[in-house]
Amino acid sequence: MNIDSIQNGVVIDHITAGSGMKLYDLLGLDKLDCSVAIIKNVHSGKMGKKDIIKIDADIPIDFDVIGYVDPGVTLDFIKDGVRVDKKNVDLPEKLKGVIKCHNPRCITSTEQELPHVFKLTDREKKIYRCIYCETKANI
Amino acid sequence: MKSLISILDLSTEEIDELIAKANDIIANPVKYQDACAHKKLATLFYEPSTRTRLSFEAAMLELGGSVLGFSEANSSSAAKGESVADTAKTVSCYADIIAMRHPKEGAPFVASQNATIPVINAGDGGHNHPTQTLTDLLTIYREKGSFDNLTIGFCGDLKFGRTVHSLIEALSRYSNIKVVLISPVELKLPSYIKKDVLKAKGIPYVQTTSLEEAIPDLDILYMTRVQRERFFNEEDYLRLKDTYILDTAKMNLAKPDLAVMHPLPRVNEISVAVDSDPRACYFKQVLNGKYIRMALILKLLEEASK
Repeated sequence: MNIDSIQNGVVIDHITAGSGMKLYDLLGLDKLDCSVAIIKNVHSGKMGKKDIIKIDADIPIDFDVIGYVDPGVTLDFIKDGVRVDKKNVDLPEKLKGVIKCHNPRCITSTEQELPHVFKLTDREKKIYRCIYCETKANI
Repeated sequence: MKSLISILDLSTEEIDELIAKANDIIANPVKYQDACAHKKLATLFYEPSTRTRLSFEAAMLELGGSVLGFSEANSSSAAKGESVADTAKTVSCYADIIAMRHPKEGAPFVASQNATIPVINAGDGGHNHPTQTLTDLLTIYREKGSFDNLTIGFCGDLKFGRTVHSLIEALSRYSNIKVVLISPVELKLPSYIKKDVLKAKGIPYVQTTSLEEAIPDLDILYMTRVQRERFFNEEDYLRLKDTYILDTAKMNLAKPDLAVMHPLPRVNEISVAVDSDPRACYFKQVLNGKYIRMALILKLLEEASK
């Protein structure tokens, strides 16, 4: 299957196979006007299978969301058809406005204006906890 | 330390310092009678709590300070829909320190992020209640002289009992502690606490359903109430509420220097006949709660003035 190269934008590569759609949703890519390609189950020498997202526009990328969903991902920034920068993302220390706390006893359940913030409490096990009630995030 | 939201905000050194201060207050009350003169404590209680609110208020009054506040959400601007953040900012203009109880977990943390004065968490739902833990620690210290080499039994609702969770976390920082967990199967200590605290810190523990079998080995017995408000299902509450009743027959099986503690209020879990046993410490615990809150208010106000 061939997908055209992009001229100006971002390629999100090395996404764990199956996580592409989740990333698409959390990054809000459905709201973009530009071309966005999600390629699933691409053969990868290193990973066996992987997903790739290509965004044909120079948009701001939320590294925290990507790091949270899939910390092994790489980002290639393309300008005039040429890669000008490459970034690896890691698990963010804090997640703000990415996921919601679902604990009905949490203060965020009644005070709607409070930002939903989660803190990384165990890097090895990838555990995030709500900063208000310490409930574990459902990844 | 600007505010106290969780017991883990305090290092063991800071806990030791608070306990030493509380002991000094007990020994020399006159020395502290004007220590907070012209200072005001705001007690923002969004749900009723006789003991904790009166304890904070008594603590501030004994330090020569004054108190203001409300004792239920309906008599505050929360009834009009004011946010915790706005209330904290407003009260910062009137008082020098806040003690907040709120049914929602994390509310005192939100207050501490928005207030310009220290905030003490006086209980946020089933989450944290650090001044109860400090009260328990002061009581253990005064009864046993240290926190080391103790076998501590926790009995009753170990699943929802936040006082138990916090005390286990606080005690896990001391050495040679042994823990005995006595509860019905349905109210066992959550596995994450066993894993993250007890196992992680190498603290030996046993789980049992029998208070009679466990009591002879204990130095401290921490009884808890099965709390109706923590259950979604009334039937479960009714079935489990009277599983353990500490009575004189069970006390006869215990060590002569056992200390029986309870965060109160009790319902049926400790027979009134046990009250006259010198090993019953739960009313001393209430008194200790006032002293440790005095020590805490002093410390936070001192640090805020720096």
